[in-house]
Amino acid sequence: MENRIDKLFKRKERDILSVYYTAGFPKRDDTLPLARALETSGVDMLELGMPFSDPLADGPVIQQSSEIAIRNGMCIEVLFQQLSALRQLVTIPVVLMGYYNPVLQYGVKAFAERASALGVDGVIIPDLPLDEYEANYRHLFETLNLRMIFLITPQTSEDRIRKIAQLSGGFIYAVSSASVTGSSGSVVSEREVYLKRLASMDLKKPVLVGFGIRTREDRLGVRPYAAGVIVGTAYIKAISEGDTNEQTYSFIQNLQV
Amino acid sequence: MTSTYHINENGFYGAFGGAYIPELLYANVEILRLNYKRIIHSDEFQQVFRQLLKDYVGRPSPLYYAERLSKHYNARVFLKREDLNHTGAHKINNTIGQILMAQRLGKTRIIAETGAGQHGVATATVCALMGLPCVVYMGAVDIERQAPNVERMRLLGAEVRAVHSGSKTLKDATNEAIRDWISHPEDTHYIIGSVVGPHPYPDMVALFQSVISEEIKSQLEEQAGKVHPDYVVACVGGGSNAAGAFYHFMDVPQVKLIAAEAAGKGIDSGHTAATVAIGAPGIIHGSKTLLMQDKDGQITEPYSISAGLDYPGIGPLHAHLAQTGRAMVIPVTDTEALEAGYELCCMEGIIPALESAHALACLKKLELNPDDTIVVNLSGRGDKDLETYINNLPHGK
Repeated sequence: MENRIDKLFKRKERDILSVYYTAGFPKRDDTLPLARALETSGVDMLELGMPFSDPLADGPVIQQSSEIAIRNGMCIEVLFQQLSALRQLVTIPVVLMGYYNPVLQYGVKAFAERASALGVDGVIIPDLPLDEYEANYRHLFETLNLRMIFLITPQTSEDRIRKIAQLSGGFIYAVSSASVTGSSGSVVSEREVYLKRLASMDLKKPVLVGFGIRTREDRLGVRPYAAGVIVGTAYIKAISEGDTNEQTYSFIQNLQV
Repeated sequence: MTSTYHINENGFYGAFGGAYIPELLYANVEILRLNYKRIIHSDEFQQVFRQLLKDYVGRPSPLYYAERLSKHYNARVFLKREDLNHTGAHKINNTIGQILMAQRLGKTRIIAETGAGQHGVATATVCALMGLPCVVYMGAVDIERQAPNVERMRLLGAEVRAVHSGSKTLKDATNEAIRDWISHPEDTHYIIGSVVGPHPYPDMVALFQSVISEEIKSQLEEQAGKVHPDYVVACVGGGSNAAGAFYHFMDVPQVKLIAAEAAGKGIDSGHTAATVAIGAPGIIHGSKTLLMQDKDGQITEPYSISAGLDYPGIGPLHAHLAQTGRAMVIPVTDTEALEAGYELCCMEGIIPALESAHALACLKKLELNPDDTIVVNLSGRGDKDLETYINNLPHGK
């Protein structure tokens, strides 16, 4: 079967909206109902965060959602149990995102096999080194039709961007500015210069822009240079209070372009 | 000579080490990785570094033959007096080295993490010395219990930022410093306080601390007529003082390396920081090493009476030394450390830091011969721990 991420980017070249949220937040069993609500609201792709006690690249909002999710009992095993019904309820691509240590303890091979069997399409492990992926896991992930997605930042050198573009599966995750998740975001003009530079590199892989993206205006600003955006912190803030379904619909409504 | 115990070209000590960092940190760490050896080994750097260690830190620190302690343990016990350094601990050896490194990399702003505040004070000190702005991240809980060191840092001109995430202690202060570095990739250097973090930090910090064992060798030769002791004993939290004390002896098999780790209330008590005893391999703060974690790979909370050993990981060098059996790791409880601390006070007139007291407690646990020569690294002085010592005094004293 064709990977859902690849299919999405073939079908849609602009305005892709991917939403990140922490599995097991605000309640342990919210993972799938939220996935369903997001798909119904018109989201193109989901990134399910696997909570970690020490999320180095995340700001306070995702840190807190991770803490609460862990307290709720969320872990990779519980997430996989929840995902057993994933493909009966959700058709859009799903990416699992989490730090390396929990995956390492679960066992990378067992993790990848189980994720693939459950209908997961891609994985993001921000602290997994490129070399280690290439040497130990690339073959495994490719065999399982799982896309391993890598990040680039405004500080990533041109040579390294090209290497990452070649290794990254499905798309390239471009961090919009030097910051952790949920910061006030980049100066729009600086972001534009960076995205223009990326666009001019002709990377042959779609680029999604994340970190500090939270409004409709952000989406429109990215439109000329990239295939779409990833929204995380702003959505987690939105579902932290009130009815999660209602909050999801109105949040996504406000993001429509 | 090829060594099994030094870092390989990929930044690994055997199975441990490496740089497990998000791309957001890659450029920062890469600049350091590409330049640190060249800079450290340049004549210019060495000249300035050595001069500051001598005139500002007060090195060489004495190697003191502890006569009464020797009589008591029926062996020849030497204390390497890192407690006599400026700012009262070995930490300054590293911060002097790293501030010089930062200057040579063109960095204009310094950040650091601190637990007990010793590394924070040592960083604030060198920043004052060099006129660089300094931000120290410190867990809110530690700020509360280490108030005098907070005041010291502020007096030295540093900004102390309270960390309210997670357990509000050293691990979280380190996370927050790393997040700051992610947000300031151009102008900032992160002075890590121990032999932890992504490559090249463990190797760089060990190099700066290696002056300890370099001095031990020459001092021992002068005082005891031999270059190699039978034992070198040091405490290990992250492990920087132990790395420095072991460094020039790692490849000399007849020197037994003893690492004292903090057992807290006992290794099975659930209140411990004995990483080697109860930890498992994993990733913490950018390095593959042994760490305390639950079955899901979440990092667990350490506990020790000594704030400087209260860390859920251990430097990758020490994980390697422990795993290969090159170093013997001995868990020491709070009570054993306190007893060893009181003993040194009364027997030698030296109040040791609680961290160093863990190393001293090993004297009781080793089977020593009368002609054995033991060097205990007295990594810091106990002024900061007075309250703990006094509150825990046994009845009748």
